[in-house]
Amino acid sequence: MDYATALGELAAANDRVVVLTAENRVPVRGLPERLGARFVDVGIAEQTLVGMSAGLALRGRIPVAHALAAFLTMRAFEFIRTDVGVAGLAVKLVGSVPGILSTANGPTHQALEDVALMRGIPGLKVFCPADAGDLVLGLGPILADPAPWYIRYVDRPATVHHSMFDVGRAETLRRGTDVGLLVAGALFPEAHDAAVRLATQGVSARLVNLRTIKPIDEECIVTTAETTRLVVTVEDHFRTGGLYSIVAEILARRRLRAPVAPICLEDRWFRPAPLDQVLENEHLGGSHIASRVIAALERKDVH
Amino acid sequence: MTPAELDGLRDLALRVREHVLRMTSGGGCFVGASLSCADLIVFLYTRFLRISPERRTHPGRDYLLLSKGHDVPALYATCAELGFFDLERLGNHLGAQDDFYWHPNRRIPGVEFHSGSLGHLLAVGAGLAYEARLSGDPSRVVVVLGDGELDEGSVWEALLVARARQLGNLVLVVDRNGVQANLRTEELTPLEPLAGKFMAFGCAVRDVDGHDFTALDAVFRDAPFADDAPSVVIARTVRGKGLPSLEDRVDRWFCAFTPAEVEELVRELHGRASADLLSAPVAVR
Repeated sequence: MDYATALGELAAANDRVVVLTAENRVPVRGLPERLGARFVDVGIAEQTLVGMSAGLALRGRIPVAHALAAFLTMRAFEFIRTDVGVAGLAVKLVGSVPGILSTANGPTHQALEDVALMRGIPGLKVFCPADAGDLVLGLGPILADPAPWYIRYVDRPATVHHSMFDVGRAETLRRGTDVGLLVAGALFPEAHDAAVRLATQGVSARLVNLRTIKPIDEECIVTTAETTRLVVTVEDHFRTGGLYSIVAEILARRRLRAPVAPICLEDRWFRPAPLDQVLENEHLGGSHIASRVIAALERKDVH
Repeated sequence: MTPAELDGLRDLALRVREHVLRMTSGGGCFVGASLSCADLIVFLYTRFLRISPERRTHPGRDYLLLSKGHDVPALYATCAELGFFDLERLGNHLGAQDDFYWHPNRRIPGVEFHSGSLGHLLAVGAGLAYEARLSGDPSRVVVVLGDGELDEGSVWEALLVARARQLGNLVLVVDRNGVQANLRTEELTPLEPLAGKFMAFGCAVRDVDGHDFTALDAVFRDAPFADDAPSVVIARTVRGKGLPSLEDRVDRWFCAFTPAEVEELVRELHGRASADLLSAPVAVR
């Protein structure tokens, strides 16, 4: 089932759900006809999208608001922080084409700091689905949760069978002791591919799909750090404020020592291109990740 | 409006102004803006809005959102006078034991939503208005905006959307006191012709003296003015209204007065009021 169908079914079962978009129609195809007045397209107006969602939530609705991730989380940031965050309203913010999924759009559309921004808002939770299947599994529980949420929308088809979704629970798809791959978001298929490649080279990889990174499955991260020689964080996000930062924060707070290598977008925008070329250019494909893991394992400080 | 009702409104507004003045000591408040919209807030709560302490969570109630949040002392004082919470609590302004600070806090009964950052609550109000229509509730949503606040693009963005969605249950009230924080609006970023701007956005617009209860009554008797478009009331007001020593001064935005100065201002306030005011109780509609 695709996202729009799943959202349409959830909305059909619960008339509190209202679907909004800032003229971002791709994820909500078919919903205008299905939902009638419970579908609102505000036009290219992200601030109003968020403000109206707050007003709808104040009167008991569950607004699910769609816009491109860069404009939703940055143009409308203060509206999210102040109207949704301060009030703790049950608004679900869905950011389209985040991270590498903006492909050839260019730096204006590259949301590579959205996770850092959203998780910095008190009480606002963040879901980074691995793929379209994971997204659909998480949608129901997130709409049922009374908190505000940011959902990093991903439309890449699932390459694995995902288990049942629980807020704050990671999904461990492979077990291994040489490296622990902690993955948040759309690079999951590449990380999975890397784990398979590593196995053929005699490197056993633990593969974790973190799913919600706020709240995050802290015990799973600690277990990964304690049972593998090297932790590798994989995310299509700047190194600052995303998964790598979160893992570092947890290890520091728990006074744990572990080598952690980030695979992410370093401190720069990526070269705009179709997705397969972005993966190639940024060394984020499965084979790149596998060789980067092997190189990191060979460093002296990994024991 | 009967003469007794008019006197009751004036008397209530006078008490609200006195409360505002008392909030200027012990840390201060945005007194100028609070005094410019005091008559508007008093009028709306007593003559237009279908809200009361008993109905304050009723889904069919009307809403008032204070988008220019720094004038909240006028709202707090009005809500206290009308019984949304005990009058004594106004003495807790800025105190650690209570929830009053310089901008609206929705933990205070009568405050529908917090504000402080300008240009937010028209969008929130549009959401409330849309939802009320969706639920079939008769709620009308009044959003009080400052004229300086109209510099924020988000106001006009939200207005475009409100017009497109034909939100006839949304009413904007502009506190047109002509002064933003420290400068006159027309000397910084001119807003005029303001009515023309709102008309160009497809709104139904009225202009009124924001301190004349009879004129306000005549305008709001017909509000909202359209079924399929937001209404706008441009209320011409005077910053610091009611206190000759504060009126229409760009340097009287935020003030922290000493208790002795406050007493002097209170005397000034009552000296200007006509002596024959009746302390008639004002019914909340």
